Amino acid sequence: MSVVVSSVRTPLITGRKTMHDVSEDICRYVERPPSKSWMVAITISLLTLGFGVYCLYRTLWDGIGVWGLNKTVGWAWDITNFVWWVGIGHAGTLISAILLLFRQKWRMSINRAAEAMTIFAVICAATFPLIHMGRLWLGLYWVLPLPNTFGSLWVNFNSPLLWDVFAITTYFTVSLVFWYLGLIPDFATIRDRATVKWRKTFYSALSFGWTGKARDWNHYETVALVLAGLATPLVLSVHTIVSFDFATSVIPGWHTTIFPPYFVAGAIFSGFAMVLTLLLITRRVFHLENYITLYHIELMNIIIIVTGSIVGIAYITELFMAWYSGVEAEWYAFRNRALGPYWWAYFSMMTCNVVSPQLFWFKKIRRSIVSTFILSIIVNIGMWFERFVIIVTSLHRDYLPSSWAMFTPTLYDVGDFLLTMGFFFTAFLLFAKFFPVINIAEIKTILKSDSEKS
Amino acid sequence: MDLKKHYLVGVFDDDDVLLKAIPKVRESGIKIEDVYTPFPVHGIEEKLGYKRSKMSVAAFVFGLCGTSFAIWMQTWMLGFDWPMIIGGKNFISAPPFVPVTFELTVLIGSLGMVGTFMVIAGLKPWAKPRIFDLRSTDDKHVMAIDLGANKSDEGEIKRIIESTGASEIYRKDFED
Repeated sequence: MSVVVSSVRTPLITGRKTMHDVSEDICRYVERPPSKSWMVAITISLLTLGFGVYCLYRTLWDGIGVWGLNKTVGWAWDITNFVWWVGIGHAGTLISAILLLFRQKWRMSINRAAEAMTIFAVICAATFPLIHMGRLWLGLYWVLPLPNTFGSLWVNFNSPLLWDVFAITTYFTVSLVFWYLGLIPDFATIRDRATVKWRKTFYSALSFGWTGKARDWNHYETVALVLAGLATPLVLSVHTIVSFDFATSVIPGWHTTIFPPYFVAGAIFSGFAMVLTLLLITRRVFHLENYITLYHIELMNIIIIVTGSIVGIAYITELFMAWYSGVEAEWYAFRNRALGPYWWAYFSMMTCNVVSPQLFWFKKIRRSIVSTFILSIIVNIGMWFERFVIIVTSLHRDYLPSSWAMFTPTLYDVGDFLLTMGFFFTAFLLFAKFFPVINIAEIKTILKSDSEKS
Repeated sequence: MDLKKHYLVGVFDDDDVLLKAIPKVRESGIKIEDVYTPFPVHGIEEKLGYKRSKMSVAAFVFGLCGTSFAIWMQTWMLGFDWPMIIGGKNFISAPPFVPVTFELTVLIGSLGMVGTFMVIAGLKPWAKPRIFDLRSTDDKHVMAIDLGANKSDEGEIKRIIESTGASEIYRKDFED
């Protein structure tokens, strides 16, 4: 085999793999019966999901009055969860689209799982606005531009909430298509390896009859590149539009122009943290240490430092502008955020999002699996608090001191969040069991140039 | 009449050998039906004489449809069919129409392009593809030559492919 060995580049695939080893290593887990740890994990996820479904049923049956919302705090956990989940989804598109445009080869080991995470996270996110509309079945119909003869007026295209509907729908559809397109050649690999009839039939249907013709690959690569080109502005637009839900309102603490870039950076920050949480487990359970190396983890941690620092600067800028603008209501909202009754939420956010990722400046911490895993969870907690802080502290003390209130979550606030958690992990586990978790075909393209040689 | 299709299948272990082999095979006047590879081999389309994919044109055209549809939809609904006073603003104003226009451009552009690709490549769940070698989605590159479309005889073609570095050559027949 003629090979090009680079002495400068860090190998992206270790363990001296051949093409066949790659297919073998990744398909093995699809072909084997599920492991015990997988069964335990899916049982826990399904139980969580089951409890969530019960809470959802109560929420829909009794109405959203079962939540802890009151007349002052009209948005709380629901929208916090919505923004949190959408944000998590962003890392998948960043990895698969933006890093593809930048020709970053390290993305190839992680893009499949990250995109799967995107799709499941967006489904979780979409659940909350739908539930919040009270009647799910009508909610779906209210947001679509249907003619007046259907009973309602045209939708309001001036509203950021409606832009959200279009943004999230487009984002979900394009991500799903992009992800599935990448899966087609790998499904064909599993199909051609299949020894059992049901597997052959199942993956034949999923592979859409892919054969790997040069003519098809020629189109395929252009399609992937153009999709990446379209998904790049799309991913930036989605969280921008989500931030418009707040930024276009006139609530002190929300009405700031910094929101779009700040939300996008925060989204990528939390998304990478979730990718790390999931991949560190997947890597270990499926023995993928040769494909997701410490180098990959280190690179992801570097993105976490960059985006975490952008988020930190945004917090400080926001605070400075609140004071510098001279708007009393604005300055009060920010002082109340940091020193008011929700100071603990504000400081959790500051510690988790601004201080903790800075630890990644140390190479030892950046390259340690244990500390990366712990910090990835801390970042996700911090990012949840960020949305909670923005939403609840800006609302709970409004212009009339007589209507000031606190928000207390009920069982159903927690339960509906657990619903999405249960769904997310169930879906991810099913994906990890039945779909190839690493893009086999793409990994093979870099095997010659970027793998460890004997 | 002979309804069967007769193919000569050349198996290559390495993509660099394959890339050198294709021009040699084509220069000796043999028509290659197609080459099946487990991953996209760069530069193969040039060697096979395929033109640059025009999928980006499809994306552009569909994207343009999305843009115009979104602009028309919003203008007509809010401006003409049922104008509503929202915060005393103009019935038709460009800035608030930007997000939905952008999203629909991306949505229709990408779905249209992927749809075009699926139709051209014949990708569908019930497709019954002609698979020459099961290893072509694993680690082998497979060159398929339709004997019916070539004038040279089988032995001659076999000799040429062998000289270009194929690791295996065999004959495969299909019913239709």
